[in-house]
Amino acid sequence: METLEHIIAEHPFFAGLESYYTNLLTGCAANVRFDAGTYIFKEGEEANEFYLIRTGKVALEIFAPQRKPIMLATLGEGEILGWSWLLPPYLWTLHAHAVEPVRAIALDGKCLRAKCEQNHDLGYEMLKRFAQIMEQRLEATRLQLLDVYAVAR
Amino acid sequence: MTMATATTTDPMLPLPYSVRQVVKETADTFTLTLEPSNGAGGSPFQPGQFSMLWVFGVGELPISISGDPTDRGQLVYTVRSVGQATHTLVSREVGEAVGVRGPFGTGWPVEQARGRDVLIIAGGIGLAPLRPVIYEVLHNREKYGRLVILYGARSPRDLLYRKELAAWARQRETQVLVTVDYGGLSWRGHVGVVTTLFKYARLQPARSVAMACGPEIMMRFVARDLETRGFARENIYLSMERNMKCAVGFCGHCQYGPHFICKDGPIFSYDRMRPLLEKYEL
Repeated sequence: METLEHIIAEHPFFAGLESYYTNLLTGCAANVRFDAGTYIFKEGEEANEFYLIRTGKVALEIFAPQRKPIMLATLGEGEILGWSWLLPPYLWTLHAHAVEPVRAIALDGKCLRAKCEQNHDLGYEMLKRFAQIMEQRLEATRLQLLDVYAVAR
Repeated sequence: MTMATATTTDPMLPLPYSVRQVVKETADTFTLTLEPSNGAGGSPFQPGQFSMLWVFGVGELPISISGDPTDRGQLVYTVRSVGQATHTLVSREVGEAVGVRGPFGTGWPVEQARGRDVLIIAGGIGLAPLRPVIYEVLHNREKYGRLVILYGARSPRDLLYRKELAAWARQRETQVLVTVDYGGLSWRGHVGVVTTLFKYARLQPARSVAMACGPEIMMRFVARDLETRGFARENIYLSMERNMKCAVGFCGHCQYGPHFICKDGPIFSYDRMRPLLEKYEL
C-alpha cells in the first residue's frame, strides 16, 4: 500500500525534495476525494490548504455579475491546485470545481506555514516551487489573453 | 502549348481543377476537395506542402494541403474564410472550377521521423497542414513510435476534424489531447493554451520529432517549452507563414531573413528559425 509520504515524494511537484522535507510535509497531509460537480473551494473563502491532484480534473472558474461562470483553466493529474494559502490575506481568488471525480492529497496550509516559519529552508523550497508554478501559469495566461487564434485585424 | 504539357514545365500556370465536395468544419472554416478537370490523377505531394489556388477573377491564395498523401485522385484543402478571396473560394459550388499551381515548398520530416515518436502540436487551423502527417503515420504504423497529437483551439466550436480526432484517439500507440482557450460550461475537456497539454503528454524527447503549426507566437512558446523539456532544436519543426505570391522564390514577397518561405520552407527546423523568431523587425 502506498503511504502518504511515498505519494508526496513521487508527486512531480516535489521531485528531488529531500526525504526530511517530505516527512515534514506528510505531517500536514491528508487524502481527499471530491465528487464530480462539487466545489473544492470558492472565491473569498479562507485558503487553508492546497492540493496535489492525483486523478481527475478541476476547473478554475471566475464569476461575473449576470454572466455564467467563466472557466479560465483546467488542472489535472500531477498538478497543483491553489497557492492562496501561501500569501496573505490567505483567501481564495477563484472557484475550483471538480468536473470529474478528483482524488488528491490536501496539505494543510496553516500547518505548513508554521513549519515554513520554523524551517526557512523548507519555506524557501516551497516558495521556489510555487514561484515556478506561478510563472508557468502567468505565461499561459498571457498567451491565452493574446487570443492567438482570432482573425488578425 | 497544351494544358498537359504546361503541367510539367511551367510552375506559374494553374491547372484546372473542379470542386468535388465542400464540408463546413466550423462557422468560418471549410474543407474543399478538388479533382483534376481533365480526369487525370491529382498531383502527388509531401505532407506540409502547399498549393496556390486560383479563384478566377478574384485572386490567388497559398493554401496548405490537408488531405491524405496516398489519395492520388484528389487534393484537399482546409480554408478559413477571412477575406474576399477565401470567402469566394469556400463559396464554390460542386463542379465549379479552381486553378491549382503546385505543390510547392518543403515537407514535414516524415522520413527522418521513422522509428521515432512523433509529436504533433497544432493550434487553430494549424491542424490542417499537419493532418497529412497523421495520415502518413497511421498508414505506416509499424514504421513509427508513439503518435502524440496536441491540439489547441479558441473554443469548442472552433475545433476542426472532430470525428477524426476521436477516431485517431482510438488508434493504438496514439494519444490525442485537445484544449480550448475559452470553454463553455458544457465543455468537459481541457481549458488552457496548447502548451499546458505538454504535462499530460507521454513523451520521450530524446527519441521524438516534434512538428508544430499554428500562429507564430504560439509556435515560439511551443518551441521554447519543448526545448526546456529536452527536445533538441533540430528535432523541432515549425511551419512558417508569410505573404506568398509566386511560390517559387522569384518575387520575394515571402522573404524571411535569408529565407524564402515558399521555396526554402514552409517547414523549417527550430534551430534555423530561432534567431529570426526573436527579431521584432521580421
